[in-house]
Amino acid sequence: MSKVKMYSRFLRFWHWFQALLIIILLLTGFEVHGSYQLLGFEQAADIHTLAAWSLLGLWALAWFWHLTTGQWKQYIPSPVNRVIAMMRYYGFGIFKGEPHPFHKDLWHRHNPLQRMAYLSLHVMISPLVWVSGLLYISFPYWEEFGLGGLSLEPVALLHTAGAFLLLTFLVVHLYLALTMGEKLFIHLKSMITGYEELEKE
Amino acid sequence: MKPVSVISIVLGAIFLSCSGIVIGETDPSTADHTKFEQLQGPFPDGPAVTEACLDCHTEAAKQLHKTTHWTWAFENPVTGQTLGKKNVVNNFCVATATNWPRCTSCHIGYGWKDDRFDLTSEKHVDCLVCHDTTGTYKKFPTGAGHPNYQPKKWPPKKGKLRQPPDLVKVAQNVGKPSRDTCGACHFYGGGGDGVKHGHLDSSLHEPSRAVDVHMDSEGLNFSCQTCHTTGGHEIAGSRYVTNAADTEGIDIPGRSDDSRATCVSCHDTAPHSEDSNPKLNDHTDKIACVTCHVPEFSRGGRKTKMWWDWSTAGRKDQHGKPLVIKDDKGYDTYNFKKGDFRWEENVVPEYRWFNGKVHYKTIGQKIDDTKVVPINSIEGDYNDPGSRIWPFKVMRGRQPYDTENKVLAIPHLFGKDSDAYWKSFDWGRALRAGLEATGQSFSGSYDFVETEYYWPVTHMVAPEEEALACDSCHSRNGRLENVPGFYMPGRDNWEWLDLIGWLMVFGTLGGVTLHAIGRMIAAARRKKQ
Repeated sequence: MSKVKMYSRFLRFWHWFQALLIIILLLTGFEVHGSYQLLGFEQAADIHTLAAWSLLGLWALAWFWHLTTGQWKQYIPSPVNRVIAMMRYYGFGIFKGEPHPFHKDLWHRHNPLQRMAYLSLHVMISPLVWVSGLLYISFPYWEEFGLGGLSLEPVALLHTAGAFLLLTFLVVHLYLALTMGEKLFIHLKSMITGYEELEKE
Repeated sequence: MKPVSVISIVLGAIFLSCSGIVIGETDPSTADHTKFEQLQGPFPDGPAVTEACLDCHTEAAKQLHKTTHWTWAFENPVTGQTLGKKNVVNNFCVATATNWPRCTSCHIGYGWKDDRFDLTSEKHVDCLVCHDTTGTYKKFPTGAGHPNYQPKKWPPKKGKLRQPPDLVKVAQNVGKPSRDTCGACHFYGGGGDGVKHGHLDSSLHEPSRAVDVHMDSEGLNFSCQTCHTTGGHEIAGSRYVTNAADTEGIDIPGRSDDSRATCVSCHDTAPHSEDSNPKLNDHTDKIACVTCHVPEFSRGGRKTKMWWDWSTAGRKDQHGKPLVIKDDKGYDTYNFKKGDFRWEENVVPEYRWFNGKVHYKTIGQKIDDTKVVPINSIEGDYNDPGSRIWPFKVMRGRQPYDTENKVLAIPHLFGKDSDAYWKSFDWGRALRAGLEATGQSFSGSYDFVETEYYWPVTHMVAPEEEALACDSCHSRNGRLENVPGFYMPGRDNWEWLDLIGWLMVFGTLGGVTLHAIGRMIAAARRKKQ
């Protein structure tokens, strides 16, 4: 066993700031959607807008970081048989006490399923949310942008659909991140400290 | 320069600027009417006073003859309809025809007691009803526009004795119209205080800030013509052609028509300050100012009439006496002369798209008696850039119609003849008299049909802090629940998307919970082994 710095300072900042913003956005977003009343529409909408711009800024930084450090390679999909091995593990092996089929190291942080999940988060769900969100927020200027023919309804619909996908992702992510690993909350701890115990290969 | 002279210049400047303000406030006239020979009297009647006025104000009557206030007729340039009190039907006392002397107690003339009234007579213009400053000049309710010249009781027989006005005193104290003179008619339209409009009632004689932020008698203290600017006795701001979406901005002399009858005339098209939520100014392209800023009407402690059912009129109580039922505040909820009423105060308006175009049912127009009959129908929709969402008082009720000819009937209500409904209580006779007097025939069969009448709400603008908040509309079952044509956040959703979405979220939550329980059970079993 060795202690490795698995999560750099920027990565942790990005992760936690994004987590905070996404939770705020989900809470205020579903209030704006009319699902419940918590802060009142005006405050919910204002906070949602502020958090949205913050998240876009954060994403810009994160994309820059991924591209310049080569970290984007962490999301290259794995061969299908390895994905199937992970699914088998979560479906059966984990109940039988089988060992985890994947060993992580600095440049292979994510297991094959995680790679797939995070890749789809970054290239599908996030863009769906921010493209529809940017359109939504610029509604008063559509005429000037030449988008006069567009209606708010499909934009709001897509944005809401994105929110449901994100919330579902969050549920699964929290379950796996908090309960998988040698001990409960061990991943949570390393995402805070940055360090993780790795088995020697 | 000596210090003393500097001080005197400063003091002088302060004095001048202060005196400037004082002059602006009092705005004194250049004529003292008590000194005019023509106004020394005595005057036998109103027209005699008018003749004296016209001695100097030679063009005044000619100007008034052109106004709707005088003609009670109005050619709508937008819809081409001929409107005005003389030509429209409403769902209060229905029509002016055959009821002249009662209705014309709110005409700016003297003697319109039947349809032969001479609309070209100059001396029959009533100057005093608008220009009285003493508060003592009042037209008698059944006097066809005249005040009573002898002491007279109102209501007849058991009412209070009304003394005739001192015409000399009134004539010598004429001035600009005030909330009191305009209000003498406009606050009491429909036959009583606040009956017709709801946003105009006697609370506006001396309103508090909470009732009307502009007319606040201890604040801005606006008169009616502060906004309804006048010129040559023409008055800006007509309900018949409402300016539903003023995009001109502030009205600057020389660049506009100098009419200040819209909010935008003074407040501009982006009126919310930089400290306020920037979304507010975004909303002005779709929402009328009054939609948020008149959150309720009839806020001055007076009720307005919301329902009038003529079909129940004519009842007597168990002693055979005409029946009148009053509510705890003294408002008639039933009156044998008029039927059932519903009164409300602090009324939440109804909201509709509106572009200023209103189509009226005029006398003799066919109706569809299978539905609620619109006395007027308003135009407007989301995609029309000239439309805004407006607040309305919707007056509803049931009124008589000719079931064969399919027209709204004209009841002859008031009069000394026995055809008048309020004499004989015989609808057949009253409707025949009313219809025939307006050049129509009566089939002999009648019934009552439900009608509705839209009144845009514009007055009783509330203080800023009372304006509607976002949630008032951006919520399920909010104020704009039934305003169609657009997607509104907080109000609208796609039921099936929400269903699928929440199924997905809670299904996943259930799935991971089961997974966790399975892992715990499996781990416990392995430990045993």
